[in-house]
Amino acid sequence: MANITADKEKTAAAGFNRPLRLTVTEDLRGFIAVKVGHSLLFLTTFVSVVAVFLIFFFVIKEAIPFLFKGGLSEFWARMSEFSTSLNWYPHNEEHPEFGALTIFVASLYVTVCSLLIAVPVGLLAAIFLSDIAPFGLRQVCKPVIEILAAIPSVAYGVFAVMVVAPWMQNKLGFSTGTNVLNASLILSLMALPTIISVAEDALSAIGREIREASYGLGATRAETMIKVVLPAAHSGIIAAVILGMMRAIGETMVVWMASGQSAQIPSPWWDLSQSVRTMTGTIAQEMGEVAKDTDPYYVLFAIGVVLLIFTFILNMISEFFMSRFKKTVRGH
Amino acid sequence: MFEVSEITEKTKSESLTMESIPISKQSEATAGKIKLDGPASASQPETPITPERAIIQSRDFSFFYGSKMGVEKINMDIEIGSVTAIIGPSGCGKSTFLRSINRMNDLIPQTRAEGVLSVGGQDIYDKSTNLVNLRQQVGMVFQRPNPFAKSIYDNITYGPKLQGIRSKAKLDEIVERCLKAGAIWDEVKDDLQKSALALSGGQQQRLCIARTLATMPKVILMDEPCSALDPLATARIEDLIAELKGTYTIVIVTHNMQQAARVSDRTAFFCLGKLVEYGMTDKLFTNPREQATEDYITGRFG
Repeated sequence: MANITADKEKTAAAGFNRPLRLTVTEDLRGFIAVKVGHSLLFLTTFVSVVAVFLIFFFVIKEAIPFLFKGGLSEFWARMSEFSTSLNWYPHNEEHPEFGALTIFVASLYVTVCSLLIAVPVGLLAAIFLSDIAPFGLRQVCKPVIEILAAIPSVAYGVFAVMVVAPWMQNKLGFSTGTNVLNASLILSLMALPTIISVAEDALSAIGREIREASYGLGATRAETMIKVVLPAAHSGIIAAVILGMMRAIGETMVVWMASGQSAQIPSPWWDLSQSVRTMTGTIAQEMGEVAKDTDPYYVLFAIGVVLLIFTFILNMISEFFMSRFKKTVRGH
Repeated sequence: MFEVSEITEKTKSESLTMESIPISKQSEATAGKIKLDGPASASQPETPITPERAIIQSRDFSFFYGSKMGVEKINMDIEIGSVTAIIGPSGCGKSTFLRSINRMNDLIPQTRAEGVLSVGGQDIYDKSTNLVNLRQQVGMVFQRPNPFAKSIYDNITYGPKLQGIRSKAKLDEIVERCLKAGAIWDEVKDDLQKSALALSGGQQQRLCIARTLATMPKVILMDEPCSALDPLATARIEDLIAELKGTYTIVIVTHNMQQAARVSDRTAFFCLGKLVEYGMTDKLFTNPREQATEDYITGRFG
């Protein structure tokens, strides 16, 4: 070490006007800057991670008094009532009933129906945008579609109540305009931008090279899309569908306004013109009315736990397919 | 001609004993070919391509991207069963011309062709051209290996299945024949259901060549097939080209002049969208007619 330094002083010291060695203050300043910077960045990241856990914690904490009241037999009775009974009368003074099955089923109805509309439309739009649309049209279409995601949900709700509902009542002859079909239509509109943009990204990520390989072997455009591009992008497309699903299942304002808010399962089951009440709608509606620390209050949090578990699972599934898709694109 | 085959032999023997002989030797062995004062074989007489032997004929063929010109007034015949190399600096239109031969450029919007480009005596820019049949008979190998994210087996059977071949026995036979012709059979025969993406770059490119062979092409277009490969994989592809020669007509675009000298019978030099010079490879590399060709092959520009 000393040897090298000595050599350097002898031979190449000339020309370097500013010192190449840190002074003690510079060294210290750098050390502190790095430490402070790192901890600041860590802290901000940590806050959002903690927020997720806190949300889980508080929702579960508030749900516990409902779930675990009394002994084990009472717990089972409650759980089976909660998950299988159709009677939702939490405010009945003498004999409250907490059968939330109608509510779960309603969420399922609205989500599935909206996906039945949004997935085919979104997928076809994504195919058009990624493969067929000329560059200029695509540059216009994508931002416009993304604006759909920026419209506040209450605006959709107003549209559902003021435009779609009267139309359904007057033109389609439904007994009520706010029903499963109305909520599903509007929800599908809201899920579309997510589905289109994620699916479009997935399809575009399948590069021109792969498409050319297929065209070069004599495949037509449709054959290339169906046999090469869609299979290669399938995990990305599944992720798109699940993200759209999360949007639909978690959406509150629109279903509150457009689904009619009556706790029942449509009968016959395919009659989409009947009103329902979803998990999110129930929580939004009743949270303001219930007295704190009573059973009707706790049961809303129990529904919240179910909702959280749903979205959490969906999120995991979409993450799984996203990572698988990234692997396909990278090729290992 | 003689020298080309000799060098191929050399490449082969080298790739067999690749452990012992460094790959750099190979370029040394052929470096002399691009020198101006080449061997005596340079004086080999030009053999003209008779119309019966010309599988691809280009007459005043021009291609435009919008208003930008890709290639201009190309007049060029390509002989059946031969290997033709197209060299030239970047952006000179060699890929454009190559991709015109099976109308791959159609996929780029706002392109336009003028003049006549005929394959097998048929003007392929005629409105009535059957693009599916054209592309199945004029196959293409691309710059970067682009296997589908499917199994090796499915990669090969993709083209035949498009042609409507469904019989398992027949597909099996095609897979084996093509993989053998693509010089990759021995490496993959144990697990044909493995994903093609799990192969190395050189293996992928040979698989892509094998995949092209599966549609029974007459012509194979290769767009810089070795540019993404290491020298060893390149040597294997060049061997493969030598093996395929005769059975198939091969047109290869390359940036690597030594590669053009090694593999091709004829070489075309493109510059700024024009065909500057076209002739026997030996002659073009040793005794070029045009000044621009000489400048390019001696490394004065490009």
